[in-house]
Order: sequence, then C-alpha cells, then structure tokens
Amino acid sequence: MTKQFHNAGRAIKVHPADNVATVIEATPGGTRFQVTDKTGGDGLGLTSPGPVETGHKIALAALATGDPIVKYGEIMGRATAPIAPGDHVHVHNVESNRGKGK
Amino acid sequence: MKDTIQGFQRRDGRVGIRNHLTVIATVFCANHVVERIAASVPGAVPITHHAGCGQLGADADNTRNILLKTGCHPNVGAVLYVGLGCEQHNARDLARDARESGTPAAHLEIQECGGTTATIARGKDVCRALMENMATDKQLVELPLSDLTIALECGGSDFSSGMAANPALGRFTDRMVEAGGTVVFGETCELMGAEAVIQRRTPNPRICDAVIQRIQATEAAANAMGVDMRGSQPSPGNIQGGLTTIEEKSLGAVCKSGTGPIRSCLNYGQEIPRGGLHFMDCPGQDLTSLCGMISGGAHLALFTTGRGTPLGYAIAPVIKLTANAHAGQWMAEHIDLDLSGLIQKDLTLDGACDMIHRAVHRIAGGALTCAETLGHREFGFHTSGPTL
Repeated sequence: MTKQFHNAGRAIKVHPADNVATVIEATPGGTRFQVTDKTGGDGLGLTSPGPVETGHKIALAALATGDPIVKYGEIMGRATAPIAPGDHVHVHNVESNRGKGK
Repeated sequence: MKDTIQGFQRRDGRVGIRNHLTVIATVFCANHVVERIAASVPGAVPITHHAGCGQLGADADNTRNILLKTGCHPNVGAVLYVGLGCEQHNARDLARDARESGTPAAHLEIQECGGTTATIARGKDVCRALMENMATDKQLVELPLSDLTIALECGGSDFSSGMAANPALGRFTDRMVEAGGTVVFGETCELMGAEAVIQRRTPNPRICDAVIQRIQATEAAANAMGVDMRGSQPSPGNIQGGLTTIEEKSLGAVCKSGTGPIRSCLNYGQEIPRGGLHFMDCPGQDLTSLCGMISGGAHLALFTTGRGTPLGYAIAPVIKLTANAHAGQWMAEHIDLDLSGLIQKDLTLDGACDMIHRAVHRIAGGALTCAETLGHREFGFHTSGPTL
C-alpha cells in the first residue's frame, strides 16, 4: 500500500527503469517527496536537502560520477559528481553525451 | 464526434482549410512594397523574408521551392509575387508555375513598374483582380478530417512537454494515422538521443537508417562548429524549465510522433506523401521547422509548449497546447488548449487526445487559433549556404 506523507512534495517517475523523478511543484529544502509513477506509484519517500524548482528532477538512487542518468527508460546524460538519493539533478551535476563539439 | 469539415476546393483537386490572398516577396528588396500592398487589401497576407539573392546551388533551389509551395499551398486562394527584377528567382516565373499548379497568380517587378510608389499602386489593383478569381464560400466541399495533413511541433519546451503534452499529442497522432490521416514531424536536432525510440518503431531499415543518418549529420554539423551545443540545445529557457540535456529534451519531443512506424524520410519542404507518419529533416527552430512542413503540404500544425509561445504562421493555423498550468494561465491568450489536467488533475491521455481531436475539428473548420486572432502570421525558411 502506498504510504502518504504529510505535506509531501509530489514527484513523478516517468518510466520504471528511471533513476530520476520530476518534481511537480517547487519545494523548499528538507521536503519529503511522494514519488509516483504513471500507475499511482510506489510512494518511495525521499528528502531533498535543498529547494527544487517546478519541473526539475531529484535522484531516486545514489549515483557515482559517470553513472548514466535514466529518464523515459533511456540514457539522458551522465553524472559529473556523486549524487545522493533526493538530490537535485540538473546541469550542475549532469552532462550530456551528445553535441559537445570537438 | 462529427469528423468532416468544410474546406475550399482547389483546381488541382486539393482542399484547403483557409483561403488566404498572399503577397509574396521573391527577394528582400521587395519586402516593404509587399507589406504596403497587403496592408491596403483587407485579408491579404504579406510574406517577407531575408533571402532571394546571393544564394547558390541547393540553398537557392530551396528558397525557390519554399516560395513556390507557399504560393501554391492549398490554404492559399491566390498569390501575387513581387520582385525587384534582377534577383535569382524572378516573380514572373514563380507566378507562371503557380498558375500551372492551379492557383490564381500574378506578378509585379519594382524595376519594371518604376519604383515603390508605382508598384504599390498597381499591386492594389492586381490584388482586387485576383480576389475575383479566388474560391468563395460557394465552392466549399466536405472534407474528412483524415484528409488533412498535420504538422507536429514543440517549442518553448519544459518538463511538462515530454511528460504530458507530447504523449497526449502522440496519442492523437496514432489516432489520425489509424484513421488514414497524414502526420509529419521534424526537428532533427531534437531526436538526438532518441535514436533507440526511432529504431524500435521503424521496422523498415532503409527509412530508419535514413532518419538516423539525418540526426548524425545534424550532430556532426554542430560538432564542426567546435562549441558545446548547450546554450542553444537545450535553450536557457528549457534548462530553467527543468530540461537538463538535449537527450532529455529529445526523448520528450519524440513522444509527440506517437508509437507507429515512420513511412518516409523527407527533405526540407518536400511534398508529404498521403497517409501515415512521415519525418522531415527540419531544424529544431520553430519557425523554419513549421515552414518546411507546411510548405510540404501540411494544412495546420499542432504545437506543444511548456513556457508558452506566441508564434503563428503566415498561411496555416498553429494550434497551441500546453500541459503547464502556469503557462495555461499566464500565457492564456496564446494557448488554444490547456492540458494541464494531465499533471494537476486526473485527465487521461485518451481524454486529452479527445480534446485535441475536437480542437482540430473546430479550427480546421474555420475557427481562429489564438495566434490567428492576435494577428500572428510569421514566415521564415531554413537557409543552408553562404550568402555571397
């Protein structure tokens, strides 16, 4: 059964294989997240250390530098720093694998 | 749901959903004259641009192709080409080719008329004569929605585009294709990172390879500039809206093309075959992308946006959809369809698909889009070569 958190932030996991979820409304630091997938979700509880803006991503698992970031079930980039579960995942700690010039 | 609309019968058998009188500059030198002529004729659409001179080879051919296909588009009732008189693609030949395709067409050259003032004066008379030859409300014919060619576009994207608006549009794409309709998508750059998705759903290896090759060529062109693509793809606004990499943007963008196989890989502005889903090699830039697909014959465009964008198009309705609740309210005057219930409430993809279907029916049938109501009628095409 899905756990419900009081005053939880909402985050959506698009694909079962994803290691990030998208935050639906901006949240302050220390927010506990209710992560759901398309079917209503598993209610995985994560806490973000800092604020997260609307539409930005949080990590669902611990990631090491170089690990693939997976969204839509596909690789969308790689970690450029260690990332803890609940951390904000964006351009400060993720890099594209494509179109980077030579 | 009623699935036919009234369209304008063209002489070559095609049917349009708008009946524009267009005044088209064949070269930038004619832009001001074109704007003045169109301003003096109620309903006339001025079409101006930066090209038409100093272009070479395929780049020059592309300009001519776009100018001709814009004048002969099924949504166009008649066309006046205005040139200077010494440019590459002369107005006389374009008007002749347009007439051969069945579109009432005329031309004027500024050097022949004796300057701006004389050309504007003659242009008004020519437009009045053309309007008498245009299709009227009495020449309307019944058109099944499945006879439409629909272009797909996304711009000002954010997290909501790939998560909700594009999947809903993809559901509609699948529905249109199943009903025998024609859908085209492009934005080659925004397939970078989504190759696996293309491969899984395109069983024909020749077509699949052709699309992948176009994506690789676009990436190679970006790499050849020796700079990181970030800053342009994703754009600063995309990044603010939660998109981190081009791969993430692409994986969201590709959703709008549904789940079916791609039937052909088309060049920019190439005529779109009837039936099925087609890919056209277009820039990710919204205006030139729309121009390629509409020049290829698309009657209208379905355009998803996360942040909101005002863009319209000179000769075709551009229907804006968003799943971002903030954009739906803050940019409401630009949003034809607010699908934010997909994220905020319990709107299902099928429910959103029905909403898109009804909007297409209404707007293809003559209701104005937000962009049309506001007077947006942008025009611009992709150019590829050096200008000499």
